[in-house]
Amino acid sequence: MILYLLCLVLFSLGIYCTVRKRNIIKIIVGIMILEYSVNLFFALIAYKENGRAPIYSETQDILNMVDPLPHALVLTAIVIGLATTALLVAIAIKIYEKYGTFDITKIRELRG
Amino acid sequence: MNKQEQQGMTIIVKTVTRLTFGLILLYGAYIVLHGHVSPGGGFAGGVIIALAFINLMLAFGRDVTLKKISKGSTSFFESVGAILFFGIALLGFIGGCFFLNILPKGAPFRLFSAGIIPFCNIAIMLKVGAGIFAIFLALVLLETEAKERK
Amino acid sequence: MIELYVLLIIMIIGAIIAIRVEDLLSCVIAVGVIGLSLSIAFLILKAPDLAITQLVVEILCLIILIRATLRKDLPFSATGRWVLNTAIVLFFILIFLAAAAKCLKDLPGFGYPMMNVSKEYIEKAVEMTGAVNVVSAIILDFRAYDTLGEATILFTAVIGVLAIVRKIGKKKEGTKIEDEHE
Repeated sequence: MILYLLCLVLFSLGIYCTVRKRNIIKIIVGIMILEYSVNLFFALIAYKENGRAPIYSETQDILNMVDPLPHALVLTAIVIGLATTALLVAIAIKIYEKYGTFDITKIRELRG
Repeated sequence: MNKQEQQGMTIIVKTVTRLTFGLILLYGAYIVLHGHVSPGGGFAGGVIIALAFINLMLAFGRDVTLKKISKGSTSFFESVGAILFFGIALLGFIGGCFFLNILPKGAPFRLFSAGIIPFCNIAIMLKVGAGIFAIFLALVLLETEAKERK
Repeated sequence: MIELYVLLIIMIIGAIIAIRVEDLLSCVIAVGVIGLSLSIAFLILKAPDLAITQLVVEILCLIILIRATLRKDLPFSATGRWVLNTAIVLFFILIFLAAAAKCLKDLPGFGYPMMNVSKEYIEKAVEMTGAVNVVSAIILDFRAYDTLGEATILFTAVIGVLAIVRKIGKKKEGTKIEDEHE
């Protein structure tokens, strides 16, 4: 129970960083922290007491495996997080080229 | 030759990269092909293979790497990976429904077992590896374009 | 499970450092520390597939972020109304944590998952698919639609990056733009 609460503290640190900061790179860092905390939460739910990794073995008889279904969900989520981060970084580089700054309060022009 | 020596990093990094490039590719291929008997799978192996090429680009500079693997061949490999994955899924219609596992499943713990799973792993490896290398290539070209315009 | 507590405390300290520090390069290195300790946490939670994937993806994220933040530091100063904004955000985060603590009591305790669906997957994996790695059997045979969706997302992300980076050509002065139908 305390482990779940610590994981949610990490989640709320990510939300604070995304909402309150003015630098675009810090916003991207906040989104990355959010993704890490959600992946950790899924892996924590799947753990079984004295469990073993979900792979069969030739020599031993394995009776006690951890839950493999959240592992399957997190595996694709990690790679999707990488694609999202790459897209955000491309947008940030383009913004720096055009406006010369990373500050979001100075990017207020809407041009056609 | 002078311009090529100025791009990229020092000679120690270049020598080590030349020695370890093949080993990283071999490790990535091992993780992909043994995806159904040991941990790993297509996603991790694809990212490792993309990291091998990114290592080459960081050590030697942009021009030397683009001679080895051009932009056209990167997008070709990504499309081939996607079409292969979808084609394997459509082959399931022979058995009865979409995505059915139709190839014979051999004895467990062998390399040639588990039906279509090794082929799906190879298709995912091509797609993920080529896609991530294409993203990195686009970001590198953006930086050098910005420097040339100044 | 004292190691899990230690790793979580390291991750929280790393997140606080990443938020407060002003130098962008130090911020990126702190995020790298969080990702690598997450990989060790996956290993302690008996998930080797996730540990391998998280390690290599973290290295790639660090390379891309450092590429974007080199030599681009700018000084920032806090504007007015700083205390009011921070107080409002902290108030809402406290409400979120209180509601979460109430809802977490309904979850089964740590270490005793209800494996209603996974029991069937574990028992039938070897005879129905022939694969020994149960996670591979799930993502490529029992739940292959999710993998198809993930391949589509990666494709869309690559097209998106290429569309952002594309150099829009400038037209020479004096030439008219011709219509495509003609």
